[in-house]
Amino acid sequence: MSPPDSQATAAATRNGTGDARLLTGWGLTAPTRATVHRPRTADDVAAEVAARGGRGVIARGLGRAYGDAAQNAGGLVLDMRGVDAVREIDLDRGQVTVGAGLSLDRLISLMLPLGWFPDVVPGTRYVTVGGAIAADIHGKNHHLHGSIGEHVVSLELLTAAGERITAGPERNADVFAATLGGMGLTGVIAEATLRLSPIETSHVRVDTERAGDLDDVLARMQDGDDAYRYSVAWIDCLARGARLGRSVLMRGDHATVDELPAAERERPLVAPPPARLAAPPWVPDGLLRRSTVSAFNELYFRRAPREERGRLEPLHAFFFPLDAVDGWNRMYGSRGFLQYQFAVPFGQEGALRRALERLSGARVASFLAVLKRFGPHQRGLISFPLPGWTLALDIPVTAPGLPGLLDELDELVADASGRVYLAKDSRLRPDLLGRMYPRLDEWREVRARLDPEGVMRSDLSRRLALAPGAPVAA
Amino acid sequence: MRDALGSVQTVLVLGGSSDIAVATVRSLAAERARTIVLAGRDPDRLAAPARAARDAGAETVETISFDADDTGSHARVIGEVFERHGDVDLVLVAFGVLGEQERSLEDPDAALGVLRTNFLGAASAVLVAAHRLRAQGHGTLVVLSSVAAERARRSNFIYGSSKSGIDAFAQGLADELAGDGVQVMVVRPGFVHTKMTEGLEPAPLATTPDKVAEAIVDGLRRGAHTVWAPPPLRYVMSVLRHLPRPLFRRLDL
Repeated sequence: MSPPDSQATAAATRNGTGDARLLTGWGLTAPTRATVHRPRTADDVAAEVAARGGRGVIARGLGRAYGDAAQNAGGLVLDMRGVDAVREIDLDRGQVTVGAGLSLDRLISLMLPLGWFPDVVPGTRYVTVGGAIAADIHGKNHHLHGSIGEHVVSLELLTAAGERITAGPERNADVFAATLGGMGLTGVIAEATLRLSPIETSHVRVDTERAGDLDDVLARMQDGDDAYRYSVAWIDCLARGARLGRSVLMRGDHATVDELPAAERERPLVAPPPARLAAPPWVPDGLLRRSTVSAFNELYFRRAPREERGRLEPLHAFFFPLDAVDGWNRMYGSRGFLQYQFAVPFGQEGALRRALERLSGARVASFLAVLKRFGPHQRGLISFPLPGWTLALDIPVTAPGLPGLLDELDELVADASGRVYLAKDSRLRPDLLGRMYPRLDEWREVRARLDPEGVMRSDLSRRLALAPGAPVAA
Repeated sequence: MRDALGSVQTVLVLGGSSDIAVATVRSLAAERARTIVLAGRDPDRLAAPARAARDAGAETVETISFDADDTGSHARVIGEVFERHGDVDLVLVAFGVLGEQERSLEDPDAALGVLRTNFLGAASAVLVAAHRLRAQGHGTLVVLSSVAAERARRSNFIYGSSKSGIDAFAQGLADELAGDGVQVMVVRPGFVHTKMTEGLEPAPLATTPDKVAEAIVDGLRRGAHTVWAPPPLRYVMSVLRHLPRPLFRRLDL
C-alpha cells in the first residue's frame, strides 16, 4: 500500500489537460487549480523558478498543511517529492543531508535501524523535510528541544532572484530565521542538513495519567513535563462544567535496551510498519457527529488508566497514531474539515480556559484535541511556537456557527498576545496577522530583499496578504 | 481568496443596485469581503449601495458604469476590474429586467429587450467573468436566475424564458468549469419584495432580499450548485414542473 498522499486524495478532480490540477490541503477545503511540475534535482527547481509565469510559484511536499499553504491558484506548484536524494549520512555527528522532498517516513525507515531518530517529529511521518522546515514544525518535545528549526544545521534556499543561499544559525542567520516557518515564501528549500538523536530501541517508555479538569492538567504539565523528553495531553473538548478540560496526559522517553523484555533485546530497532488500514473512499457526511464523537471521547477517557508507569509503546504508535489509517482526512465528509491550533503565552491560562469554554459550549465535535506546553525557543521570525500553551483541534467545516465562533476565538487569542498556526490555518481574518506575529514586518523586509518581485506566492499568502506590495498578477 | 468556510474577500457585482445584490453585498462585507466593485448602468444609483457596503465593513468600494446590453464592452469593463484589483473571488451577476408581459406580447421589440438583457447580456457577462476566473485558477460565479426559469407560466413566460436560458447556460457552464477551480452557483428566488416587483401581487412563499442573501451566503458555505430562496420552493416547483398540461393551465399562474 502506498503511503497516504493528499495529492491523490485531495485532487479529487483532474481536468485532464496537461499538468493542471486541482489542489487542496489536508483539510480538503477551498480547491484551486495550478500547474504542477515535479522537479528531480535542485537544478530542476532553479530552472522551474526561473521559468515561472505571472502568478508565481510555491513548493509543495506531501500536502499535510491543513489549509492553502501549498496551493497557488493559476500559478505554478512544484511537487518536491522527487527531490529526495539522501546526500550524506554522518553517523559520527548524527547528521543527514537530504533533498527537501524526502519524507520523514523514509528518513526514519533509513535511520532508525542504524539507531538514529529525527530530533523533532510532528504527529505524522508523512511530511517532507522541506515542508517541516517551512512550517517550523514542533513535536512532543518542544518544551525541552524547541521546533525543528533548532535542529537544522543548514539549508539550501533557491530564491526567486536565482540565488542559491546556504543558511543556518550562524551563516545568513536572517535568511534562516525568515525561512523557518516562512511557509515557503522566502524561496524553495532544496536541501537541508538535520541533526538526529541516538536511540537504543524503537520503543517509548510511556507514563499515562488522567487529569480531571483543566487546572489539573496544566498543573501536572507545569510541574512534571521537564522530567520527560516527550509530553502531550489529549483533551476532551466536549466535557463541560466541572469536567472542563479533562485530559489524558501521556509522557515518555525513548526506552533503553535493558528496559525491553528479554525476547526483544536481540532486535531492539524495528522500523515502523506502513499504514495498515485505509479510510473507505466514500464516507457518509455527518459520520463524525457530536453523538459519535462524544461517545468516543467518553470511552477514550475511561479506557485510559488513571495512572500507569513505564508502559512500552512502539515509536510509531506513540508519535504517529493516525498514520495507521490511510486517508483519515476523508472521515470528516466531503466538505472537509479544518484544524484550529492556537498558542497563548504563559500567564494567559485564563484565555486558554475561555477558549476551551467557548469550544465545549459550542459543542463542535472533535476527536483530536491536543494540549501541549511549548518551551522558550523562538528562532523563526514568523514561526508559530511561543513560550506557553498550545491547543489544537479538528473540526468539520459543517459545524453550525463555526465561522463566528472561530472569529471570536481569534480575537481572544490575539488579545492574549497569542497566535494561530499558519500551517493549519484556512480561514483567519487577515487584519489580525500583525497582532499575532509581532515580527511580521522584519520577516517582510527579509522576504522583500530575497524576492523583490513577489514571485514566491501561495493561496495562503494571497488570502492573508502575508507579503503585501507584491505586484498584482497579470 | 475564498477561505475554508466559504467567505470571500473581493467581490464584483454586475447589477449592483439590485436589492438582492445590495443585501448580499452587506452580508459578504460583514464577513471577509473588503474590496467590492459595484457595476451598473446608472452609477448614480450605486451611491447608496456603495455606502451600505462601506457601513457593513468593506474598505475599498468602487462603482463603475456597466451596460448589460452593450455586450461588446463587457470584456473591457470586466477585465479592467481584474487588472485594478487583482484576484476577484466572487462575481455576482444580478442585473435583469422584468418587462411588462402585456406590452411585450404586442411589441416584439419590448420582448426582445427582456431577452437581450436577461439572457444575452447575462450570458456574455458570465462568459467574460468565467474566462478571468479560470485564468486565476479559482473563483465563484453566482448567477441570479428565478423560479420562473423552472417552468414557463402564461403570465410571465417572456421573463421566465429569459431566465430559463441563462439558468441552463450557467448550469452547463458549471459542468464545463468543474476541475478548473471555478464554481458556478445558480440562484432561483421566488417572489421577492423589491423595487422590481413593487406594485405586483405577491406570490405564495414571497420572500425578501435579506432572505435571498442569506440563502446565497449559505450556498457559498456549502459549495452549492443551485440555491432556492426560500428553500421550500424547490419542492413546490418540482411539483409544478411535473403537473400535466391541462391541469397546469387551469391553475391560472
